Amino acid sequence: MTDASWGCRMRDTRWPSGAYAAEFSSERHFAGAVAILRGQGYSKIETYTPYPVPRIEAVLPESPSVLPPLVLLAGFAGGLIGYWIQWYTNAVSYPLNIGGRPAHAAPAFFIPTFEGTILAAATAAFVGLFALLRLPQPWHPMFEINGFERASIDRFWIAVDATDARGSGDLTPRALEALKPLRVVRVPGSA
Amino acid sequence: MMAAPARLEPPRPPEDTAFPPPPEWDVLQFDGSDRALTDTLLAPLRGVGRTWWTLFVLSALGTLLFAFTITYTIAKGIGTWGNNIPVAWAFAITNFVWWIGIGHAGTFISAFLLLLNQHWRASINRVAEAMTIFALMNAGLFPILHLGRPWFFYWLIPYPATMGVWPNFKSALPWDIAAVTTYLTVSILFWYAGLVPDLATARDHAASTFRRRVYGIFALGWRGSNTAWRQHRIAMVLLAGLATPLVVSVHSVVSLDFSIAQLPGWHSTIFPPYFVVGAIYSGFAMVLLLILPLRWAYGLEHIITKRHLDAMAKLTLVMALLLTYAYVVELFVSWYSQDPSERFTYFVERPRGAYAVFYWIMITCNVIVPQIFWWKRFRTSVGVLFAAGAAILIGMWLERFIIIVTSLDRSFLASSWHLYRPTWVDFGLLFGSLGQFGLLFLLFVRFVPFVAISEVKRLRHDLKANDGRELGLPHA
Repeated sequence: MTDASWGCRMRDTRWPSGAYAAEFSSERHFAGAVAILRGQGYSKIETYTPYPVPRIEAVLPESPSVLPPLVLLAGFAGGLIGYWIQWYTNAVSYPLNIGGRPAHAAPAFFIPTFEGTILAAATAAFVGLFALLRLPQPWHPMFEINGFERASIDRFWIAVDATDARGSGDLTPRALEALKPLRVVRVPGSA
Repeated sequence: MMAAPARLEPPRPPEDTAFPPPPEWDVLQFDGSDRALTDTLLAPLRGVGRTWWTLFVLSALGTLLFAFTITYTIAKGIGTWGNNIPVAWAFAITNFVWWIGIGHAGTFISAFLLLLNQHWRASINRVAEAMTIFALMNAGLFPILHLGRPWFFYWLIPYPATMGVWPNFKSALPWDIAAVTTYLTVSILFWYAGLVPDLATARDHAASTFRRRVYGIFALGWRGSNTAWRQHRIAMVLLAGLATPLVVSVHSVVSLDFSIAQLPGWHSTIFPPYFVVGAIYSGFAMVLLLILPLRWAYGLEHIITKRHLDAMAKLTLVMALLLTYAYVVELFVSWYSQDPSERFTYFVERPRGAYAVFYWIMITCNVIVPQIFWWKRFRTSVGVLFAAGAAILIGMWLERFIIIVTSLDRSFLASSWHLYRPTWVDFGLLFGSLGQFGLLFLLFVRFVPFVAISEVKRLRHDLKANDGRELGLPHA
């Protein structure tokens, strides 16, 4: 996966130089704050929420996910492999003559072919999801913040990369303070 | 002079005739904060009461019975069962089909209803998915035990062996293996992918360091970033799209075990849809049996509301009507075929033969009992739903028993007719599998977030933004 396919946004999976993070207690306040930051020209923004917030997705643009094409390819591959196994084992390697039925019997091979398609595609969706998200990842800079636990319960966090071109110097923390969050903290880099 | 006629506008339908009509009950009635909601939904993780322990001990005893009867079967052989020629399939395959069928409702609720944008599924999908996995784990054991030499079950998998022999893919048995293992794998992947955000909530909510670490390992480091939620949603929709054909295919494959045979009562083209409908039907009954006690035990009436009970009852009624249709078509085709063996099976052996009492119990449980769901009062009554669910489960077990046993015991050759009698080992395996299912489910409730917390929170905020109305909510 190259950076270009991720778009221009900051990504919490690649975070070398640290960030500034702000905590909010309401979804509405938080969503408005993200929109204001985007309006001010900040682009390297990541958010942390207890549930998906569709309004944020409209504000933070994203290149299309590679998951759907990946799953499609895996499905085709799974189906082909499924059919190939049956053809090779029953028609090539050890053909059985049972009542004169053809050794290569496409109608009978349909079901395992279908199952192979679904199995490979679903496995690709699952493995692909966690590979794209770089999970499992037991430690992350955001976990260093005391009280970040509530990001999975009832709090909303915005993180702005410290290297965002818009926020040179101490501009970013001031911009975040101006949004009236509960607090603003400096998050260390992940090296 | 006459005034120019006013331009005619098409009449606008008044609000109350909107279609579909708005649901009568709120899908979510929780008033507290998000934190309180999390506390409520994670309550069993902090500790469980006497009811849980009582059920746990009972299920553990059942599981011991299961372990004992399995060991006995393997040690002594399947001669300890009541099966014999001509009734070579009996309890084992009945149990297999029954448990697989129960699993189907979980996938129906989590995948079908996700694609159909049914928001009420958020409160019950996790329970239904867990039910699917545990039911499949039970189901898979029965055909393996029925092989006679279960330690050679891996011969069904096409692996390169020194013997040089492969499975015969023109037989239905490798189809079953492919269908059931795929179904179990996809169900587990779908369940776990949906569970990760809630495991992160459990990690962040845990009181002790030990618990935080354990849930932290299973949560994989989930942080709920916008990037992650986006990919997660795409993956969940993809997995739902892939699981949906499994809902209709797995039991179709199971039904092919029967319908590719020449036996009267089995050899029918209606079997695949008939089996799928019966599967989803029995699964709904099991979901009712699981969510009603949970709702009562943890006071979740505001999260699993009357809206859910009503919707579940309506779907159960729809499945009952479809199943009734399949029963009628079976009878009609057998009569219309003019085949004496077919007619004997459907019009003599089943309704008037040795197992007629079970046939009529089956008709009562599967066709007559669910008709009470035409009344709204019964659709939302906990007691009625629970009793009807139990009746349907019994009826659906008997349906598979009737299909299997009454076709085998009176086949074409009258000289080989033989009645089937189960032994204590057969009953031990059936009740033992119930015990193991209960045990796994109780452990799930105790240690895993059993309501999709992030989905319920999302639904709650979507509802707030939509003036509390369920119609017109954004897509999941």
